[in-house]
Amino acid sequence: MTDDRKPMIECRGVHKHYGDYHALRGIDLTIRAGEFFSLLGPSGCGKTTLLRTIAGFEDISEGAILIDQKRMDEVPANKRPTNMVFQSYAIFPHLTVAQNVAFGLRRDPRGKAEKAALVEEALAMVGLRGFGNRAAHALSGGQRQRVALARALILKPKVLLLDEPLSALDRKMREQMQVELIKLQRQVGITFVLVTHDQEEALVMSDRIAVMFEGEIAQLDGPEALYARPASRRVADFIGVMNFLPARILGEGDGTVTVEAPGLGVVELPARQVSRANPDDEGPMIGFRPETMTLVGSNQTHSQPRETSATIDEVVYYGDMTYYDLRLDGAAGLDGRARPVRISMRNVFGRDVQEVGTRTRLAWSPGSLVLFR
Amino acid sequence: MAKGLDAQARQGYALIAPPFLYALLILAAPLLTILTYSFLTDGYLEVVRDFTWANYAQVWTDPIVRTVMLRSLVVSALVTLVTVLLAFPVAYYVSFMVRPEKKATWLFLITIPFWTSYLIRVFLWKVILGYNGVINSSLTGLGIIDEPLTFILYNVNSIVITLAHAYAPFAILPIFVALEKIDRSLLEAGRDLGESRAMTFWRVTLPLAMPGVLAAVLIVFIPTIGDYVTPELIGGGKIPMIANLIQVQMLALDNRPLGSALAVTAMAIVALVSIVFLLINRRFLKVRS
Repeated sequence: MTDDRKPMIECRGVHKHYGDYHALRGIDLTIRAGEFFSLLGPSGCGKTTLLRTIAGFEDISEGAILIDQKRMDEVPANKRPTNMVFQSYAIFPHLTVAQNVAFGLRRDPRGKAEKAALVEEALAMVGLRGFGNRAAHALSGGQRQRVALARALILKPKVLLLDEPLSALDRKMREQMQVELIKLQRQVGITFVLVTHDQEEALVMSDRIAVMFEGEIAQLDGPEALYARPASRRVADFIGVMNFLPARILGEGDGTVTVEAPGLGVVELPARQVSRANPDDEGPMIGFRPETMTLVGSNQTHSQPRETSATIDEVVYYGDMTYYDLRLDGAAGLDGRARPVRISMRNVFGRDVQEVGTRTRLAWSPGSLVLFR
Repeated sequence: MAKGLDAQARQGYALIAPPFLYALLILAAPLLTILTYSFLTDGYLEVVRDFTWANYAQVWTDPIVRTVMLRSLVVSALVTLVTVLLAFPVAYYVSFMVRPEKKATWLFLITIPFWTSYLIRVFLWKVILGYNGVINSSLTGLGIIDEPLTFILYNVNSIVITLAHAYAPFAILPIFVALEKIDRSLLEAGRDLGESRAMTFWRVTLPLAMPGVLAAVLIVFIPTIGDYVTPELIGGGKIPMIANLIQVQMLALDNRPLGSALAVTAMAIVALVSIVFLLINRRFLKVRS
């Protein structure tokens, strides 16, 4: 995937120390103009710190940050071409909605009427037309968020920074705002940098995602690549659900690895399906996503090249989906421990939910496996 | 609403009754007495029970009363101004610069002036500011001045200095509380939206601290206007304030009706000023919550 858009944010060897605590450990990162970029990771991984160094609220201990090809070392937060949507939204409680949105326009040379029109336009863009005279404290969480967006976007920043903006909203509102944010970003064309701990949110919204652990970037990829080919078992664990089975490496050939996994048999995997294991793993692991395998009824056909027999241990019905916990035949082979694997099946018309204890067949393809070694 | 009171309401009234009776006895009763006296006629060694407006007529027309009342207002306004202006930076420092785990210690230290009696503190200021006091003797000793400074004792300046010191903690605490309540991300938002630190202070911090500032103004203004000890000791009796005038009428001249009319008038003026401030404060309080 090549992208010739110019770089908007560049982090070069960025380190941040808080006393003894090493919050950022050498971040190298280029975010391109117009990109919807996410920093994803568990709490304490440094994603918010990185965002705040870009905004200028934190100094960096080492390295350099460039925004639009200019070094930001000496540029204070109020002079940077960035604006931020804060996690708490930071709506000024002593001002009305319109005054909040117009806060950054004080030094704008345009006239009063023109500014008022700009404010109304910004409010309309976030779906708050006519809310200008409301007091800020009378707004709901979702409305506050929209005011925060309008207040930042009215200044036409080069970069909009969003610090976990959706975490305080309920699920329905969150999903709605995700779609709105994507649309808004396409509409204004501004580079968005989102910080989130919610992997689903990052996958839904981003062009590219940097997964961070302990102050380092573990993987930087598009959502599909991140999901299908996690660079390490830790990333795989963090993003979505993945099954892991202990594996044995039989041999390495010309850009391929031959592996035997209990229950799945011997497969030959190309190098791009090989990732890093966790240090505490007992040997190599084979991983696969629940939805990549198919349960096949006794008289059904399928298009996947491989088939394995299994017994259903548990059935969890979710309405649109059913989760099956399976024991693969021969899966307890290597170390004697049974390792259930989880398969998800979409509940389509004409397919019955299978019952606990049923013997069944599992169809899969080697292309969906990832080897962690 | 139904007949009688439910158990919870009765319990509530039982709880509130003792302090309520106490307040009635020591607050409402003397106030009513003063109010009543102010409409009675002064006789020799006693108060004659004849209703009259004469006391108020005298209070409102006497140029001395007007001068003293005006001076009281000006002095307490000055004291309030100085106290709040000095208290704000202290409160700001403790709220924004002091590390959270040290804030309690700082607040504790701020209350140190309360550890000695008000009277002793006033006397101490007299020692410090006096003609041969600490300041003057050190400055003369160092050869900086030839004659003792006279503008720091027995005048309005010395009263302001003493009262501002005495009431500083009362001003610092409400301002500190208001500053503590400010969400720090609001200040970052101010910076993020292009304002310098100074402008962020002006546009965000100060408006949000206003309820605390106005509370401090009231807390300092109301008691200082009626202060009796400081004008007497630090002012050397040469610049009486309204409380001193009341004392003279009540005790020295034994004219309780006139003293009462003075007291009621002073109370009304303080109440008026307070109401104005409360109305201003409402404007700031409305926005929060």
